[in-house]
Amino acid sequence: MLRYLLNRLLWIPVVLILLSLVTFVISRLVPGDPVKLAAGPQARPEQIEKMIEEFGLDRPLPEQYLRYMGGLLQGDWGYSIGNRRAVLPDLLTYFAATLELTVVATVFGLLVGIPLAVVAARWRDRWPDHLSRFVSIGAVSVPVFWIAIVLQLVFGQLLQWLPVSGRFDPRQSYPQSITGILLLDTLLAGNLSGFWTASRYLLLPALCQSLLVIALITRQLRGDLLDMLRKDFVMVARANGIQERILWSRYLMKNAMIATVSMLGFLIGFALGGSVLIEFVFDWPGIGQYATKAALLLDFQVIMGSTLFIGVVVVVVNLFTDLAYRLVDPRIRFS
Amino acid sequence: MASSVSNPSSRLARWREDHASQLSDLRRGLFRFARNRLSLLGLWIVVAMLAVAVTGSTWVPFPGDTLGDVHMDNRLQPPNATHWFGTDDAGRDVFTRVIVATRTSFQVGLIILGVAISIGVTLGAVAGYVGGTPNQIIMRLTDVMLTFPGIFLPMALAAALGRGMVPAMLALSVTWWPGYCRLVEAQMLKVREEDFVAGARAIGASRWRVIFRHILPNTLTAIVVKASMDFGFAVLALASLGFIGIGIQPPEPDWGSMIALGRRFMPGAWWISTFPGLFMFVMVLGFNLLGDGLRDLLDPNATVK
Repeated sequence: MLRYLLNRLLWIPVVLILLSLVTFVISRLVPGDPVKLAAGPQARPEQIEKMIEEFGLDRPLPEQYLRYMGGLLQGDWGYSIGNRRAVLPDLLTYFAATLELTVVATVFGLLVGIPLAVVAARWRDRWPDHLSRFVSIGAVSVPVFWIAIVLQLVFGQLLQWLPVSGRFDPRQSYPQSITGILLLDTLLAGNLSGFWTASRYLLLPALCQSLLVIALITRQLRGDLLDMLRKDFVMVARANGIQERILWSRYLMKNAMIATVSMLGFLIGFALGGSVLIEFVFDWPGIGQYATKAALLLDFQVIMGSTLFIGVVVVVVNLFTDLAYRLVDPRIRFS
Repeated sequence: MASSVSNPSSRLARWREDHASQLSDLRRGLFRFARNRLSLLGLWIVVAMLAVAVTGSTWVPFPGDTLGDVHMDNRLQPPNATHWFGTDDAGRDVFTRVIVATRTSFQVGLIILGVAISIGVTLGAVAGYVGGTPNQIIMRLTDVMLTFPGIFLPMALAAALGRGMVPAMLALSVTWWPGYCRLVEAQMLKVREEDFVAGARAIGASRWRVIFRHILPNTLTAIVVKASMDFGFAVLALASLGFIGIGIQPPEPDWGSMIALGRRFMPGAWWISTFPGLFMFVMVLGFNLLGDGLRDLLDPNATVK
């Protein structure tokens, strides 16, 4: 276990350097245009010249990369060429919003996905199985930005039940930030009406984001349950006259859930990827929206920062998932 | 002997005899596939969509509306007998644009997957067969590329390359290969230990001949299944870029940019966004149902009951 851990930890710097190289190359593909775009159409050539110099874009690429990495090591992620704000503090603020959305979406996904998988495996090749298959394939087939707009239209504009954009009611005082996660902040402050407001704003985006999670969990868990059903211990248990209900809850689920739980980390990574379009549609002030706006404005510092940040988050989440998996399942730990 | 070979019907008979086991596998596979109504539905959707993509531009009612025609006197018409899906803010027929966008989606999807598969299969084959340091380098790069979730990477890349169809296509192609690389590498590691590979090597086949003639054909089914599921996702990814505003640009029809346009006229003119999305949903669903059915077929654990 320790050797495995050391091996994994040693790889991390290599992976991070590769991550930074990939993002750097992408963010510097067009060094001239972002400056012109940020300086505006009326900018004089010498102004543009000055900005190019300010961001070090006149230097050779290897030097630019080393400078950027030197900054990163000191916690300096550069500043935006558009609004001139430092990238790292903004990233952390936006990330809290994305994390809130992603965690709630993952919980929704588990709540729907697990029952769907169980009924599908229990009644294999009957209608519950077909239904579950249709739901999970449908959930990954639907364009998420489109379903988001349709939900906005139905629940926001036609029924007027739920707010459709932003994170909190602008007429109420914004909850004081403790963790940056509004659901937690409002609860910690004992602000129940604030919690209710934040939940209402969160509901639709989280539903949209959970679609992918539902699909992946249903397919994975159904397959694992079917594998388990073929095992000898199931036959033995049934031969001993065990109740089906107990067989499922104590024996099958416990074994089959291992893979699903271990997949949670990867699911969070997936859900993070889905956040780009959802945050864009719901005007959710998260990292996906930050990255999208940067991409549209060619704000290369922010593109670099947010892409790298997401990459780092996924690397860390995957590492912890792998470790948790090994701790939970002795068969893997000792092999 | 010579006369029997030149006789086409007996040649066919001999071919069938030589390939009897493959043919019976195929028949059993088709039978199992046809038993699953959802897979069949997927197949029919894909066939219908392909027909629409190929013939669509010849029978759409207002072909000019995909080339930049504007009819300001006819803007924001709700769906009616002339304009089945209504018209957009420039009076363009939404139905025409949705249909013509099918062709673009197919073309771009094919190109994206074609490029991605070429890169991924080549790198995966090299990594899996050669092993050692090349394997480490290729697979670590693959891991890194797979680390970026969703469309973060293609979005950044497409934005850097400029707006339009070609940058979007390029960005998606060069970020889509890692999945195939990993798939082929895993298959290579498995297949290269088989006896027939040792046999080929023993009679003096070169390294490249072994890879391309003996090992890769065995990974083909896995690639086809992945590609059939990926096609829908490639179409979705392209539309996502169009939706954000860095993919295909109007007046060129694209489902994503049409949905984005319709957002500005919600809730009054709901039809501008709704129909392109619905159409895209059906198409992607078709590919995913088909791919899922194909995967079931090739899963050795699934047996006919």
